[in-house]
Order: sequence, then C-alpha cells, then structure tokens
Amino acid sequence: MAVDNVDVLVEDVVKPENLVYRRPSTLLDVELHYCPGCGHSTVHKIFMEVVEEMGIQNDIIGVAPVGCAVFAYNYMDVDMQQAAHGRACAVATGIKRMLPDKFVFTYQGDGDLAAIGGNETLHAANRGENFLVIFINNAVYGMTSGQMAPTTIEGMVTTTSPYGRDPKTMGWPLKFGELIAPLPGVAYVTRQAVNTVQNVRRTKKALQRALEYQKMGLGFCLVEIVSNCPSNWKMTPIESNNYVQNVLIPYYPLGDIKVPEVKK
Amino acid sequence: MAKVVGEIIIDIERCKACELCIQACPEQTLALGKSLNHKGYQYVVKVNDNCTGCVNCAIICPDAVITVYRKVLKTKQVETT
Repeated sequence: MAVDNVDVLVEDVVKPENLVYRRPSTLLDVELHYCPGCGHSTVHKIFMEVVEEMGIQNDIIGVAPVGCAVFAYNYMDVDMQQAAHGRACAVATGIKRMLPDKFVFTYQGDGDLAAIGGNETLHAANRGENFLVIFINNAVYGMTSGQMAPTTIEGMVTTTSPYGRDPKTMGWPLKFGELIAPLPGVAYVTRQAVNTVQNVRRTKKALQRALEYQKMGLGFCLVEIVSNCPSNWKMTPIESNNYVQNVLIPYYPLGDIKVPEVKK
Repeated sequence: MAKVVGEIIIDIERCKACELCIQACPEQTLALGKSLNHKGYQYVVKVNDNCTGCVNCAIICPDAVITVYRKVLKTKQVETT
C-alpha cells in the first residue's frame, strides 16, 4: 500500500510491537452463538477485556443467567456457575459469602433480573451483598422470541403487546436502577449503553470501576447496559442501534445514578 | 511530518456481517464483500488504504473478529515551492 507516495509494506505494519487491539485472551476462542450485531457479545468482550487488564482471571467467579446469555460460561474463560431462572443473585450471595476474597459477578438480562428474579435482586441489594450485577436491558424477552418484558417501553410492539404497550393495563416500564439506588446497601448504580463506540468505551470504564468498588468492599454494584435485540425488534443491527439511541435512551437516560464516596 | 498507518486483520469465518464496523469507521475503509463465509454471511473486507488504526471497528465489533495494528511513520518533509 502507499501512503502519501511512500510505499509501506503490510508486513512492516503487522508486527507484534504494532499491535493495538486484539481479541481478549480471557474470551475463549470459539464462535459466539448470538445474532449478528447483538449487544450481549459486545458486553462479553469488554467485560473480558476488563478482567484481562485487571489480571483477575483466576480470582473471579461469575453466575450465568437463564436467557440468551445462558451459555456465557462457554465464552468467558473464568469460573462460572449456572443459576436457576432469576436466582443468580441468590447463588452469587452464597459464593461471595463462602469465598469473600474472590470477585463475584452475575450476568443477567431484563427477564431474568427484573421479572422473575426481581425479588432476589431487590433483597440482595437490600442486604448490601458485595458483588457486581451486570444487567443487560434490551426491553424484550430475547430467547423466547420477543415477548413483552417489564422494561419494554410505552407503545413498543412485541409479540404479547401487538398494539404497543399500554400502561393502563400492562404497567409502566421498570427503571430498576432508580428503584434500588436509594437502598443503603447499594454502593454503585450506573446505566450505560453499547450502541456507539463512545458508549462502549464508557461501559468498559463503568465495569472496571464497579470491580474496584467490589475490591474495596463497598457493597452492591449494578451496571445496567441498555442493549439492542435486532432479531426480535425485527430491525437490522444498525437500525436497532439507532432505535436504542433515539427511543430507549431518552426513557433510560445514561449516566451514574449512585456513586459511592471513596475515602482515600 | 509523522504519518500513522493502520492495518486490520479480519477473521472472516467468524464475521456475521452486522455492518456495525462499516458505520463506525471514520475513513470508509470497510465494506461488505461479495463472497460468503461458511455460515453464509457476506463478510466485511477492507476496500482502501486509508486505515489509521483508530480501533473503532474493533471496539464496536460484537464478535471480536478484528485485530488492529498501528505504526507511526516518520516521513521526510517535502519542500514546496
């Protein structure tokens, strides 16, 4: 190739010392089963980058949910446990209490965390359990083919709300972050997204901060990630990311909801 | 003047052609190719040499198929008259 009339060989650029980005080694070298453009894959990737950068691969234990991310243990090269539907926070409580020196996280979708697991999550937050919850909010039940979730926004068409969600009969969308933020046991609540490069970078920083707070033993950390679901929204990946930006983010504003005061 | 040259390597068998990298690339270096991989996706290819190694495509790629290399070239200043 030629740059400004100076010939540059590809072999001169593709060298180990010039490497700036590669697949994280903590993400297993297999194909991900997610649909094209799915936010789950992006979150798996950036979370494993955080684990690799912090050097805690042998000191972290995850709990996989039921939902699209049920096979998270096939991709994340860390110790993982599978919980019953919605019970990830209860299982993580047990793990963290038996092994308080390890980092513990749960990885849950909106059906797992906000619907069937709402009770477990709320009480784990109220007890101030010292682990990280990664909450993927894509406003729909992905794995079971797109039924309405508690987080489905008003007017959104799903297979069980074919005329759009009507709050009079179906209730209002649940803002789980705002719900648990006032509890004294909760240390850190933030809402991020993975629809643009900038948002992916911010999400990665938020995940890193949450693990640092866990190391300090500050309490329950929730990182909510507004994500897309191109298959069940019946959109292309680019359209679905635009939908996240234009429709979901105005209802679920991004940013920190609760930040602990860290004593230095 | 220093010039930055980037080079990307795409794992074509794992590309799912979601096109997010095409949208994220500020230099319009990526496009869907004409061939298919074994899963039947029209995988992404590099179409020009404008890559600066900004890593945007690799960060947005959900399947982590892109590896990025970047090199800073020191070229001689050309005298203009």
